[in-house]
Amino acid sequence: MDGLRRHKSMFLLPGLLTLFLIIIFPLLFTIRVSFSGWNVSNPQMDFIGGANYTAMLHDSRFWASITRLILLAGGTVLIQYLIGFGVALLVWREVRGRRFWRVLFLVPMMTTPVVMAAIWQTIFHESLGPVNDLLGMLGLTRIPWLTESGPALVALMTVEVWQWTPFMFLLLLAGLLSLPKEPFMAAAIDGAGTWRTFWKVTFPLMAPVSVAAVVIRLIEASKLSDSVYVLTSGGPGSSTETPGYYLYIQGLRDQQTGYSGAMSLTYLVLMIVTLTVVAALLTRAFKLKGDS
Amino acid sequence: MRSRLYPIFKYTVIALWACFVAGPFFWAMTTSFKNANAVQGGPTYVPWAQYEPTLTGWRNIFGGAGGVDVIDPFLNSAVVTIAASAISLALGSLAAYALSRYRFRLGFIKNSDIVFFFVSQRIMPPVVLVIPFFYLLQWGGLLDTIPGLVIVTVALLLPIAVWVMVDFFNGIPREIDEMAMLDGCPPFQTFVRAILPNSLPGLTVAAMFCAVFGWNDFFFAFRLTFTEVQTLPQAVVALNSSIPPWWTLSAAALFGVAPLILLALWVERLLSKGNLSGAVR
Repeated sequence: MDGLRRHKSMFLLPGLLTLFLIIIFPLLFTIRVSFSGWNVSNPQMDFIGGANYTAMLHDSRFWASITRLILLAGGTVLIQYLIGFGVALLVWREVRGRRFWRVLFLVPMMTTPVVMAAIWQTIFHESLGPVNDLLGMLGLTRIPWLTESGPALVALMTVEVWQWTPFMFLLLLAGLLSLPKEPFMAAAIDGAGTWRTFWKVTFPLMAPVSVAAVVIRLIEASKLSDSVYVLTSGGPGSSTETPGYYLYIQGLRDQQTGYSGAMSLTYLVLMIVTLTVVAALLTRAFKLKGDS
Repeated sequence: MRSRLYPIFKYTVIALWACFVAGPFFWAMTTSFKNANAVQGGPTYVPWAQYEPTLTGWRNIFGGAGGVDVIDPFLNSAVVTIAASAISLALGSLAAYALSRYRFRLGFIKNSDIVFFFVSQRIMPPVVLVIPFFYLLQWGGLLDTIPGLVIVTVALLLPIAVWVMVDFFNGIPREIDEMAMLDGCPPFQTFVRAILPNSLPGLTVAAMFCAVFGWNDFFFAFRLTFTEVQTLPQAVVALNSSIPPWWTLSAAALFGVAPLILLALWVERLLSKGNLSGAVR
């Protein structure tokens, strides 16, 4: 058995150790630094107990960014799922120019989010951008997209939907293409209409892929910060700030290393708990086996 | 059975979504041929009819005066992406093969927990890791170097490679391993000779995901490399200043995403051949 054991480890350990070693130091460092007063004027690893955590509890800007992230991530992922599924159903079967549509609808997820966010910033420009130009042509009033909090959130969500609906589309279309044919024939023999076939056959069969796609997207959306940085820089004020961006401000720009360490850990734990609960609830709601 | 209105509805929705998806690319394309006057005169779309196109933006990104050079960042991005993807694929498929074929037990830790450990690293927000990475790379003298950036990028890509390959190897019948073993192949050779050649579809899907996420990473490059090594997303975002030369920004952006658009063509082929369905399930 010893030989087998060695072979098993030879396969697994290089990858496992690499990842473990890359991740463990940052994690330990962050835990330790979160109990220190490390900041720009006092860059050392002293010990100040839980002061950073107490300060964090009263930091309404941090908690506002967490609430905003949950609403933003939940909202955009839901929209991405609905549009992605809808569009995947439209180009799933007989449609003219099928391959052209499929390629086009995949493109945004491949393109660099920060680069496209820079382009989107020009698109939403108040006087020189095409969005307000279009609104003007339709006889509507111009909107200060990036300088007012409500429109700025809408702009951010639009960019997220544009960027990541293709990811939902990809997973859901791949799922649709791998569905067995028999249930659809049975439904046709039973004389079920399009609508009934969808709810009784397609949707239940697609439940595992749907849950997996939504959970993956929620995981990725929980890290939202790069496009915020490029598109709005968290503004106006702090109205589009996500925890990732606020941590960037505190930890990297203002170099409050200790304080940002405490917030980083809290953010990480909150996201792990929330995502685990959401994944478990979704899995149970669709009565899946726990392996997807 | 279906209403006659359905095709009209279908093509309308497809066309609307296509306009939304293609819009930013069209806008970037038309802006990249403008000059300062054409941009400041308000939004225009059709060259020649609405504005006189120039090549200023495109000249600027290839070292023209007052522009940037995108060739070096392009090469840096390519080297980092290829190296990090190759390392992740190699380590990831070995680990995935072990997790798919052997049973591991360490106390309460089982195979599924190890897979979960790999995949769960995707939850880690880069901003949490970046400060410690900064000190780690500084300590190793790897700050602002390509090897340093490759190491941290592997942390992003390895989970993806393991996630895709475990599912894929689970779909390859064990009889293939057993046949090779019966022929007297040691485990490692079994993997290289019998399993890898049958894993091309899975490897291409994993490579595709690694390439996209590696190429598109901005944050690590942004905080861990500065002057010596600049990646393409960094170079483009640096152009996004307060008074942006939009024509240069647009040209650089299109240049930066062009390889990825080509990749989309290839992904569609995989999708149509059904190669992605295994990776999705």
